[in-house]
Amino acid sequence: MAADSYEDVVLDKGSAVPALEVPPQDLYHAKSFWTRWIFCQDAKVIAIQYSITAISIGLVALVLSWMMRLQLAFPELVPFLGPAEYYQFVTMHGMIMVIYLLTALFLGGFGNYLIPLMVGARDMVFPYVNMVSYWVYLLAVLVLVASFFVPGGPTGAGWTLYPPQAITSGTPGGDGLGIVLMLISLSIFVVGFTMGGLNYIITVLQARTRGMTLMRMPLSVWGIFTATCLALFAFPALIVSCIMMTLDSLLGTSFFMPAMNQFGEQLSYSGGSPILFQHLFWFFGHPEVYIVALPAFGIVSDLISVHARKNIFGYRMMVWAIVIIGALSFIVWAHHMYVSGMNPWFGFFFATTTLIIAVPTAIKVYNWVLTLWRGNIRLTTPMLFALAFIITFVNGGITGLFLGNVIVDVPLSDTYFVVAHFHMVMGIAPILVVFGAIYHWYPLITGRFLHEGMGKFHFWISFLGSYLIYFPMHYLGFVGVPRRYYEMYDSEFITTSTTFLNQFITIVALIVGFSQLIFLYNLITSAKLGKKAGKNPWKACSLEWQTTDVPPTHGNFGKELPVVYRWAYDFSVPGATDDYIPQNTPPSEVSGAQAEKT
Amino acid sequence: MKKKESIFQLLTQKPWDPSQAKLDNLHKGETINLSKGKLGLRFIMIVCTIFFCLFIVTYADRMVYPDWQIMPEPLLLWFNTFVLLVSSVAFVSVQIASKNKEFEKVKSRMLIIGVLALIFLLGQLMVWQKLISSGYYLSTNPANAYFYLFTALHGLHLIGGLFYWNIAVKKVWIPSEVAVVKTQHTVELCAIYWHFLLAVWVVLFGLMLFS
Repeated sequence: MAADSYEDVVLDKGSAVPALEVPPQDLYHAKSFWTRWIFCQDAKVIAIQYSITAISIGLVALVLSWMMRLQLAFPELVPFLGPAEYYQFVTMHGMIMVIYLLTALFLGGFGNYLIPLMVGARDMVFPYVNMVSYWVYLLAVLVLVASFFVPGGPTGAGWTLYPPQAITSGTPGGDGLGIVLMLISLSIFVVGFTMGGLNYIITVLQARTRGMTLMRMPLSVWGIFTATCLALFAFPALIVSCIMMTLDSLLGTSFFMPAMNQFGEQLSYSGGSPILFQHLFWFFGHPEVYIVALPAFGIVSDLISVHARKNIFGYRMMVWAIVIIGALSFIVWAHHMYVSGMNPWFGFFFATTTLIIAVPTAIKVYNWVLTLWRGNIRLTTPMLFALAFIITFVNGGITGLFLGNVIVDVPLSDTYFVVAHFHMVMGIAPILVVFGAIYHWYPLITGRFLHEGMGKFHFWISFLGSYLIYFPMHYLGFVGVPRRYYEMYDSEFITTSTTFLNQFITIVALIVGFSQLIFLYNLITSAKLGKKAGKNPWKACSLEWQTTDVPPTHGNFGKELPVVYRWAYDFSVPGATDDYIPQNTPPSEVSGAQAEKT
Repeated sequence: MKKKESIFQLLTQKPWDPSQAKLDNLHKGETINLSKGKLGLRFIMIVCTIFFCLFIVTYADRMVYPDWQIMPEPLLLWFNTFVLLVSSVAFVSVQIASKNKEFEKVKSRMLIIGVLALIFLLGQLMVWQKLISSGYYLSTNPANAYFYLFTALHGLHLIGGLFYWNIAVKKVWIPSEVAVVKTQHTVELCAIYWHFLLAVWVVLFGLMLFS
């Protein structure tokens, strides 16, 4: 244990710390353009590569959602879009957003950029494996994109890929290469992610700089670290189900496929269990929600603390909540399967665990609000996004409590209420954090601010717009509009007012979608034309802002690694000259500062 | 003051507390007294264990259905298991030799281990061929499907192990690259993975044998 280093500590020795004895890490040094920018082993470059790829494929998914919305509201505008294409777009939109955008962006993007810098490491511990991780991820994305161009097109099985329909010919892409490419792409993604995840975990555990105890780490690192642990435990379930379904599809095994007739013909399958697939899928699928949410929780905690100039309220409880939510997320998965049929006691069990998970989550929300309480709040763009996240997450979370109850879930299942719920809680909420985080760390990555005016416009249109899109969807769900229906125009059981609501939602969705172009424009132009940020423009305490160069160069911290003397939240400390004390400021330099009373 | 921390003690630290801060300032930054490689390997083994455990769970779920027909276990499988066992035992002797810096012994035994691994893989392929020629096709029965799946996945993990074995052999073999501690470390990691794969195979084989 590292605690051995406590052996000879005399408590009243004063603030003197022994000289830095951290052994230099064997750093990889790029020698050409290719090894510096393309096949690069520097975590910061890998982070950018991950982010660009994830955002690019995310834009594809965004365009797919426009097509879906147009079909639902103004089908005459998209005559080329038939039922098959609609289902394919639904499927690809969901899968891309959840896996290839959010997971990759939070862990591959923010994880790679922030972990080494925040824990005071020169790089990830296995840089080569880290680089391979990105290229494997890119391969997964390319395989996925390839499925758009194969005969029969991509799979239209829905992002949950439930068998038997996923691999039968009635489903778009079901008897062709579409579903196979999806399964292969997911398997490749899991392999790539495991390589990256290994790096994130070992770097956090073993490569922190002197003085950086686990309980001094910023909550962003805690969030990303715990999410990675979750992913390493949950993704095997995805790859196992993908391998077995690929064999069912290609080689005629019957792992998940029951005996069935298709168009009057008996298929060769027999005895497989589709429910088994659902269990495996959701054993991955539910932790996946938290794989996306936990990094968002961590990042938003840091944003709120920095921009409210206050230490985070209940730091330890925030860490515990992250860990407890992570653990609980493995015993709630069957709440996605209430309508699949299960022993009522199972339903009771999973409903109970689902409700219990609200407790640590609520603790986090209270702590964010209490951090804001009497803080010196600065309504910067990142802060606006962080505040919007809290509200959105509470909204989406509460509808989650509705759906966690069996008796409420059954009538609402497969309606737009569910669509509204998961888009609020794991679509809009994490994306708001992504935007907030980009506005916050962009000055570190490029040395320049994003344009504030454009940022605020982008915020208001995205925030208000997303509410205008998803709030009405709750109502649609209540009146019984089913999800995944290609067309609802003449359905007798649906009131005509829903048509107008659908048209309204579509118009807002298009406006919000196009407004993202402003963000992209801001992102591109500010890199050259943005206001110069200088060093530590937000006056934050954590180590990523304390690098010698901005943007941080290869090796992150110049000649010597920083020594950490405090936690990452010493804001507005009584007696201190500034309203922040960076983590690497020794006590002797802030002798007037009094200890925090938290 | 000697202090060993449990995870609970660690999570209840108050990082803002001045007395805690003085202790924390001297923290070296490592959580566990273990090399990065070893800890990384442990994580890989945990992920692999979950991976195989999930397959075993699905196996247990699927075998209760009436269409399940038990497959014969050719004698060759026992031979293959024996080969894998011998290679693992050989790795124990390699570990000891490497600790004693007897790299000549390490060299020869590492080669033997590589050959044994190839024999194992070849043996598994022969088992496949034998079963296929006897009419036990992959899609005929779920028990067959699991057999081919388990052997293929275990084989793939062994092939992955052979890649790392190759790195270890290079370190042992090329004198210029012999940095004793690093080489010993690589050999040890390779050995641990090898023993792990033996354990995985024994569990999978035992499962198929006794179910």
